[in-house]
Amino acid sequence: MNEGTSKEAATYTPFHPRWYRPHVSVYWWLGEWHYLKFILRELSSVFVAVFVIETLFMLSSLRDGPEAYAYFQQVMRNPLLIVLNIVSFLFVVLHTITWFNLAPSAMPVRMGGKRVPGALIAAPSYVAWVIVSGFVCWLLLR
Amino acid sequence: MADKIILEIARYSPEQDQQPYFQSFEVPVYKEWVVLDALNHIKDTVDGTLTYRWSCRMGICGSCGMMVNGEPKLTCATFLSSYAKNGRKIRVEPLRYFPIVRDLVTELSDFLAKLTKVKPWLMPKDEPPLTQGEFLQTPEQVDRYKQFSMCINCTLCYAACPVVGLDPVFVGPAAIALAQRYNMDSRDQGAAERTAILAHPDGVWGCTFVGECTRVCPKHVDPAGAIQQYKIAAVLDWVKSFVTPRGHGT
Repeated sequence: MNEGTSKEAATYTPFHPRWYRPHVSVYWWLGEWHYLKFILRELSSVFVAVFVIETLFMLSSLRDGPEAYAYFQQVMRNPLLIVLNIVSFLFVVLHTITWFNLAPSAMPVRMGGKRVPGALIAAPSYVAWVIVSGFVCWLLLR
Repeated sequence: MADKIILEIARYSPEQDQQPYFQSFEVPVYKEWVVLDALNHIKDTVDGTLTYRWSCRMGICGSCGMMVNGEPKLTCATFLSSYAKNGRKIRVEPLRYFPIVRDLVTELSDFLAKLTKVKPWLMPKDEPPLTQGEFLQTPEQVDRYKQFSMCINCTLCYAACPVVGLDPVFVGPAAIALAQRYNMDSRDQGAAERTAILAHPDGVWGCTFVGECTRVCPKHVDPAGAIQQYKIAAVLDWVKSFVTPRGHGT
């Protein structure tokens, strides 16, 4: 074998014609529950944005006076918006839980040279969530 | 008489086939048999052309990774009996998202190139002379990187990661976890050199935190955690570059 041929044979070929290259379907996330859960988690941020936009509209109507706020309340009584808000609420709960559960993986805390268990890192977030939600409920229902 | 189970094995011969197809084999189910034992049984007694990788059959070499009923698994640690209970078939395929060379053998050049790119070796800048003796580490210093050092390069995490399938330039979980293994090592000062590869859209920022890499890892390496931790470190480093522009990167 001459030198030129051996050099050519050693060349890395990323598109080898005989390798079978599987195609990834557009619907890859539908086949497995773990992937679907990930997509739902990512989708939940859209519903977080829905709540943020609604809150901004509410603050804007509060700034514009009682009439504007009454109109905002009337709009929010629309059955379609009520359904959207229920769906958004469920997605925001999913968003919160998945976020809290993922946080220990991204934030390893060490105490006394040992890594603190993930459950102990997630627990304060859940406790804070319950306290803040309780406070908001108390404000609304007192 | 041992129970029997059907193994549906993906076959692909580059000389004869346009695409893979499944071939069924009936194998006995012994309590101590794993999927790899069944493959060896088929190769030894039924069809010698069946092609797959294996070596240590004890979860150390990382070469027998395959898709077992759609899940990336080390076949040396996947017992037939756990599938046989419900009389189910076992479907064995090559690891997902990799090019297939033949039957259950995947092509690993791309993975190995990515692994090399992150410079997974110690890069000490102020290495003490040999006369000073060993480079001592405290248990805490070892604990910081030990989990990431358990990787056996089995590539199960690549087969679990949809980003790897959708974005072939993504460096991927194992390579990033291994980079982080050296970044966290007190003997290494090469973190700045690895930044160009890691803090890049094809590096950690390609990861969407699906978390499947960590779930399927047979050695509990937690590549997803390594990637998120590097993301936080990269952002802090970027912020620091504004606060202390002159001292940055040293």
